[in-house]
Amino acid sequence: MNVGQFLAIFISSVFVSNVILSRFLGLCSFIAISKETRPALAMSSAVLFVITMSSAITWVIYRYLLIPFDLAYLRTISFILVIAAFVQLVEMVIRKFMPALYRVFGIYLPLITVNCAVLGVAVLNSDMFFSKGRPLPGSFQLSIFQGICVGIGYALAMLLMSAIRERLEYSRVPESVREFPLAFVTASLMSLSFMGFNGFKF
Amino acid sequence: MKLPAEFLKGIIRQNPIFVLALGLCPVLAVSTSVSNALGMGAAATFVLVGSNCIISLIKNVVPDKIRIPCFIVVIATFVTIAELVMRAYSPALNRALGIYVPLIVVNCMVLGRAEAFASRRPFLGSLADGLGMGAGFTLGLALISSIRELLGAGELLGYTLFPGFKPALMMALPPGALLVIGMMLGFFNLLKGRKE
Repeated sequence: MNVGQFLAIFISSVFVSNVILSRFLGLCSFIAISKETRPALAMSSAVLFVITMSSAITWVIYRYLLIPFDLAYLRTISFILVIAAFVQLVEMVIRKFMPALYRVFGIYLPLITVNCAVLGVAVLNSDMFFSKGRPLPGSFQLSIFQGICVGIGYALAMLLMSAIRERLEYSRVPESVREFPLAFVTASLMSLSFMGFNGFKF
Repeated sequence: MKLPAEFLKGIIRQNPIFVLALGLCPVLAVSTSVSNALGMGAAATFVLVGSNCIISLIKNVVPDKIRIPCFIVVIATFVTIAELVMRAYSPALNRALGIYVPLIVVNCMVLGRAEAFASRRPFLGSLADGLGMGAGFTLGLALISSIRELLGAGELLGYTLFPGFKPALMMALPPGALLVIGMMLGFFNLLKGRKE
């Protein structure tokens, strides 16, 4: 485990294989909520928090429950249930103790359970940082770091997109491409520019 | 209730990809080649049909408050079956589809059909709905992937169609997927506008 490894994960998750623009995870929320900047920011912070926490929780489940008992084939079921339970718990805690915060991003929390980005990162972590049922050195830290970076990549794409779409509201476009089609074509151009980071080498 | 109608509506009038815009993540990610797309379509259809059938059978037993977690467990079971079968019988396809097979669990299309249709309809109707939605999903995937494979690699199912045609690599990369789906959605909107 060294700094270079962390740097490579950062560049790869935020820019080169951006969770939305290149891996297409969390696309539904990306298209649906990116119409204005404020909700986009609230959604991104909720996703960042949930992805980071669920990366840690699913790593522990995978390492200490599924692998020792030879249950790795239950990965999909156990991960989605753990994520759903965790999101529910967070929602209840926030509603009880932080009503102001709940008003900002509480309504987005139930949506996050079925956000493919969260489950995607959990599955990706268990694919990348475990080899033949054994964790690689420093895999716990790497998993959490990858969760944070994917969350940052999500927030970056979401903010850029919402800023562009706020401007697009005022432009005159053909009726049939208004809203979704135009959003996808915009995302395509953004994705093209993000691919420019592909040549980065360390 | 007419079973053929339940089946046919998923193919064009309520096509999950182009009309309902559901389940787009795997559509964009695996549509790089037609063979990948057909594999994904088969897996998603299997999960849709299986979960629709089971959910319509257990809908009266499941308490209303915890129905979503119950549905997710049913769906995840079928996804695990699909994943294990795929890994056993066609490892190459499994490698090509990668993490997008387990991600069928969180595909909004499957959960959406369970919640909107199977949880309040009888068994046979849900079966027909699952088959129709699966067929519509597979057809849409095949359409997008053939456009992308043709323009991005100059091939269709691995065969070169136009010798001497210089493929545009961009179409095989992520931006191409977003561009094609944007254009297709716009085209379908245009058709809908004409009809009205």
